[in-house]
Amino acid sequence: MVSIDVWNASVDFPIFDAKTRSLKKAVLGKVGGKIGTDQKAPIIEALHDITLSLHEGDRVGLVGHNGAGKSTLLRMLAGIYEPTRGTANIVGKVAPVFDMGVGMDPEISGLENIIIRGLFLGMTRKQMEKRIDEITEFTELGDYIQMPLRTYSTGMRVRLALGVVTSINPEILLLDEGIGAVDAEFMKKARTRLQKLVERSGILVFASHSNEFLAQLCKTAMWVDHGTIKMTGGIEDVVRAYEGDDAARHVRQILEENAREDVHD
Amino acid sequence: MEDSVIPEDSVIPKAVAPTRSLARAVEDIRQGVVQRELWLHLGWQDIKQRYRRSVLGPLWITISMGVTALGLGILYAVLFKHPLPTFLPYVTTGFIVWNFINGCLTEGMSTFITNEGLIKHLPAPLTVYALRTVWRQTLMFLHNLIVYVIMIAIYFSYIDHTYHMDTAGQTHPGLGLWSLSAIPAFFILALNGLWLTLLIGIISTRYRDIPQVINSLIQLAFYLTPIVWSPDDLFGSGGTDRTWAKVLFQFNPLYHFVQVLRAPLIGQHVDWWSWAIVGGITVVGWALALLAMRNYRARVSYWV
Repeated sequence: MVSIDVWNASVDFPIFDAKTRSLKKAVLGKVGGKIGTDQKAPIIEALHDITLSLHEGDRVGLVGHNGAGKSTLLRMLAGIYEPTRGTANIVGKVAPVFDMGVGMDPEISGLENIIIRGLFLGMTRKQMEKRIDEITEFTELGDYIQMPLRTYSTGMRVRLALGVVTSINPEILLLDEGIGAVDAEFMKKARTRLQKLVERSGILVFASHSNEFLAQLCKTAMWVDHGTIKMTGGIEDVVRAYEGDDAARHVRQILEENAREDVHD
Repeated sequence: MEDSVIPEDSVIPKAVAPTRSLARAVEDIRQGVVQRELWLHLGWQDIKQRYRRSVLGPLWITISMGVTALGLGILYAVLFKHPLPTFLPYVTTGFIVWNFINGCLTEGMSTFITNEGLIKHLPAPLTVYALRTVWRQTLMFLHNLIVYVIMIAIYFSYIDHTYHMDTAGQTHPGLGLWSLSAIPAFFILALNGLWLTLLIGIISTRYRDIPQVINSLIQLAFYLTPIVWSPDDLFGSGGTDRTWAKVLFQFNPLYHFVQVLRAPLIGQHVDWWSWAIVGGITVVGWALALLAMRNYRARVSYWV
């Protein structure tokens, strides 16, 4: 049973400058008494009192300004940041796609990188080798798959990363905005694949500034603002509240288009 | 956590233990070991990357070790008036073992700092990065072992029977089947490298002065540990009574770590208490590392 349950979770980042991070300060500070600033490092509350509950089949888009806490929320759902207060209970195999560059070695081939990426997501080498053909086909990289990763464009890297995460049948898929680098045609292909994946028993959480991508991938949306969830609801409603009527109309258009295409397929 | 308001209709599944629990720390380590294909690969990749596009590749590890060991060995053999055939294998082997310990310490303390990008982007157990570091050091050690093999091949006839390094020195049993105890000894050393990496790695991530402190002490530790000199040198060959020195250098735990691995490799006498001390430190160290993992495992991603 795949589920994400978060209760009153907060993520506080201590901000260490050179002074608070040094042991000297921690040791001598107690003797000398406090001078000027507080002994404890100042804190940035990146997420505050988040409560949410997601279940199988949910496809949620996150909208919000830069620095609103979308990425931090995704990282919390991935289990990278365990909440400093509150609880986050994530049940299911998580596959995050945050930064395309991280965990990839530019000097080795796309093929080898596929395997490493898989290893990071808890797969074995054998399991990944079985999936190579399928991933190569999906990414449409062809012979490029044998080339070192540094020769790839950003979009090609995104294709590779998406190919890997979708091939390993994750139960919880977390996507950050970086995937916007792919072209529209590939996005369409990715959408069908992601939809199938989520239908097969999964959860998708996707943060993006592109309403088009949001409308293509998600069913509902959450507006993250100042580290809290300001609004949850249908994607059109949330976009209307966040960006206004014009944007909402655009979203509706895409939703209708998608529906038509799905029937057509 | 206790006083948080929970919606009435929901039940918190008990599947996941609280963040700060021993169960989670142990699970991290267990999961890290399970994902061995990952760190085995990453460790290799580290070595290959360092020597990419060089003709000799990782063989440079071996060459630089050989040159250093030969230089140091000859220099100190002349300074302390030791016979080269027994002293050179001693210095070489000691230096190789030291390099492993030194590597685990200096690269272990910055493990989480250097893996910052991965830690912030992929939810892998912390232990994976610690194992990556220790495995990389193990690979370096294996490369250096080539120098040892060459050295032993040259001087084998001098140390395959009972021998003295110095006329007034200790009697050594010489190489034999018992030399195989080097294998468990290395395993124990690696096990210590792992707890050290986890513990010092966590502390150094929080307090960035610690790596500087360790860096400034490590050179001193090298000279205080019998590597380029022998305990025989302390035992008053000049007629002066230096019993205090005999006792004092035994308080250096690094000596015992070097000794349990070096002695069997070159057929030297090893005191039983060396093993006892190494065993004791292994247990205490792991207890401390588990405690650090229990309390601060989840903080590392916040601190890096």
